[in-house]
Amino acid sequence: MTDTSIDERPRHLRIANPKPARNRQDALVILASSLAAVLLSLIVAGLVLWVSGKDATALFEKMWENLTSSNKLYEMVDRATPMIIAGVAVAIGFKMNLFNIGVEGQYLMGVFFAAVIGTQFELPAVLHVALIMVVALVAGSLWAAVAAVLKVTRGVNEVIATIMLNALALNLIDFLFTEYFRFESASLDVKTKPLPTTAWFPELVSGRLSAYILVALAVALIYWLIVFKSRFGYRLRASGVNAGAARTGGIAAKKMILASMLLSGAIAGLTGLKYLLGESYAYGPTRPEGFGFNGIAVALLGRNHPAGIVISALLFGFLDSLSGPLQIAKIPSSIVLVIKAIILLGVVIVNEVVSVKVARRTADRTAAQLEVAGAAA
Amino acid sequence: MGSHTLAVQLVGIEKRFPGVIANHDVNLNVREGTIHAIVGENGAGKSTLMKTLYGMHQPEAGTVHVMGELRHFRSPSDAIAAGIGMVHQHFMLADNLTVLENIVLGAEPVSRGVIRFDEARARLTEIMRSINAHIDLDVPVSQLGVGQRQRVEILKVLFRGARILILDEPTAVLVPQEVDELFDNLRQLVNDGATVIFISHKLDEVLAVSDDITVIRGGTTVAEVKPGEVNRPKLGELMVGSELPSPHGRTSEIGDVVRLKVVDITVKGAGSRPAVDHVSFEIRSGEVLGIAGVEGNGQFELCQAILGLEQHTDGTVELNGDDITRASVQHRLEGGLSYIPFDRHREGLLLSSPLWENTLLGRDGDQQFVKGPFVATAAVKKDARQVIADFDVRTPSELVPAFALSGGNQQKLLVGRELASLPSVLIAAHPTRGVDIGAQAAIWDRMRAARDEGLAVLLVSADLEELIGLSDRILVMFDGQMTAQLTPAEATPELLGSYMTGAKQEAA
Repeated sequence: MTDTSIDERPRHLRIANPKPARNRQDALVILASSLAAVLLSLIVAGLVLWVSGKDATALFEKMWENLTSSNKLYEMVDRATPMIIAGVAVAIGFKMNLFNIGVEGQYLMGVFFAAVIGTQFELPAVLHVALIMVVALVAGSLWAAVAAVLKVTRGVNEVIATIMLNALALNLIDFLFTEYFRFESASLDVKTKPLPTTAWFPELVSGRLSAYILVALAVALIYWLIVFKSRFGYRLRASGVNAGAARTGGIAAKKMILASMLLSGAIAGLTGLKYLLGESYAYGPTRPEGFGFNGIAVALLGRNHPAGIVISALLFGFLDSLSGPLQIAKIPSSIVLVIKAIILLGVVIVNEVVSVKVARRTADRTAAQLEVAGAAA
Repeated sequence: MGSHTLAVQLVGIEKRFPGVIANHDVNLNVREGTIHAIVGENGAGKSTLMKTLYGMHQPEAGTVHVMGELRHFRSPSDAIAAGIGMVHQHFMLADNLTVLENIVLGAEPVSRGVIRFDEARARLTEIMRSINAHIDLDVPVSQLGVGQRQRVEILKVLFRGARILILDEPTAVLVPQEVDELFDNLRQLVNDGATVIFISHKLDEVLAVSDDITVIRGGTTVAEVKPGEVNRPKLGELMVGSELPSPHGRTSEIGDVVRLKVVDITVKGAGSRPAVDHVSFEIRSGEVLGIAGVEGNGQFELCQAILGLEQHTDGTVELNGDDITRASVQHRLEGGLSYIPFDRHREGLLLSSPLWENTLLGRDGDQQFVKGPFVATAAVKKDARQVIADFDVRTPSELVPAFALSGGNQQKLLVGRELASLPSVLIAAHPTRGVDIGAQAAIWDRMRAARDEGLAVLLVSADLEELIGLSDRILVMFDGQMTAQLTPAEATPELLGSYMTGAKQEAA
């Protein structure tokens, strides 16, 4: 083992460096397997309809109609918007091995306090919207902080804490709403005091698509920068991969739990603003629901990657956009839930199988390359 | 007793893992009714070979014969069916169940859906009498000591009808008196016609107890000897090979500057006794302080306390003259402390992350690796390539995930990372554990070179050759306390061994 041989080695190995090909290959395997899960779910959905005596072909006809109608595609993107944000919020937790089930409660807190505090100010349009977004960020973040503090100080599992906090958020908001913030109006539509038009979010396509999609895409981009490119993100991912090694490497576990939960909650807080600033302009009982849980599904399906999250959210948005046409075609729209559930199950199973396979292939290939390199040297 | 028939015969076994050939051309002949020792260094391939025999993985080449019959074990249950039982180094017992329940678990004698505990008890009493062991079958395992738990594991294997027992480093966790009891039991067992294969690297006990000895070095069997034919040094030479890295001969001087000063450190233990009990020492620049001790005597807690991962209840730590007793881990690392951890998988590496993210761990405070809030990926990768080249890490590139490397190369990467930040103090816990001899020599060379440049090293090791070879002073840690201090010249494995097991040093 002379010095020259040490210096030689990396150079000739770099020539044989097959990393880009491998990356592309593995990405293709993952993409193909995810697509397979989607196809499988469609087949099962068709079978379910057929067995229950419904018109299965109508499902696929409606799908095709939706895919070819620009209005329906706007609806798909519009419906995907909050799911992108919720998916990112969940993915931040996943990257750190934290399961934030509380996105649901966090964005409800965000919506409610944004609606309530947003009416207290008279501001120019851009500033007003910005202020409301800050309020939603802070509200979501503080609600997530409860779970984070419980975990850091008392070791309470964040899954339990955030589930409880979801229930608590609902009841707390109901109480505050009915006792203090109900706006008495002439109509039967019970809501908080409506936001002035300065707080309204613009639309990209009038009546079809809110410009809030741009916020969602920005969130995905910021997520990528923070988690995959920044030093903080490196520390977060290191803690997620191996908490013990991260601790030994000087990454304070408690600080990281706090920081990642606060960040996750803050992003979650933005989820409901499309509804508030783009549809209802006030908080009311028709509040948005279920995006926290859709976010979990979207993050899983998108493998916590920003592009994956956006694509998965679009897929879910597309499925949701089917519910109206399906009802008209006398097909129970709950078939959409069946499809989503099967996709999710399929992807989870496929993920497990594929990641084990990919890991084994990587190890084998590394060994094989070493043998080739050794023979060439 | 038919001592001429072979209970186990392995011929030409080869076993590969990604990047390493763990066993090749291994031949083993174990006579029925004997105690057969398999000796070799850490990482020589002993455990791999036993896993092959026990059906935990399949060899790429070679044959396994048990009691004269050719066998292909696809899983441990095949091996158990053939009468082979294995007692692992780490016990697998359910704490809350009684001894009897633990032993029958998975092999319950049942009639009409009811476990026949009386039948099991009768059989066990018979087995215990035959090997001269006595354990209360009705106490929960949680109340037993380590030696008794091991006895339970052995009974478990015998209860399943094993006639060939494999024991993986059975004495590693035992105190000397327990070792004697164990060997007494094993002797009874072979007198009854059973066969025992035991793995060890403790030469004295191997010479004392075994009938035959097979030596494994570098993944292959190099010698088969009888205890009468060899003495301890001869056996050691067979085990390590002629290329025993020369431990001595330092050219540099120990400096004057105290790099690490530890005063009266006390760390709370699990029970009433402290894990670390008023430990004090100093390490100067260019000095290596070795800590000898049986594992679990407080070395881990001591290292954790110095690194800042363990809240010690008392005492102070000074790094380069600064009191860091209350400082964060990150602050200590940035202050020039470095740590090769006990368990590279649990504390050292991000196995699923690429190598360059691994070499960054603990060093992301260094300005050259960050650009504003972002990681300077190009600089980190360049540094990773440097570590890989400097420490001869066998890998196609810095982009492969750490799990794809062999253990020795993972360790080289880890040591490389810790030395790359040019620390002033290195805590090295088992720096060459589980690596092959080539990697071991390389790691020792790098550590010596860094020491000659003024690095202060706290070396914790179970490898006495390593301790004696590298250290300038050796402290013995027993039961949380430093119980003896020696120079490497006066330290022999025998002397260290007696202090490590509790013998008191005469006040000099």
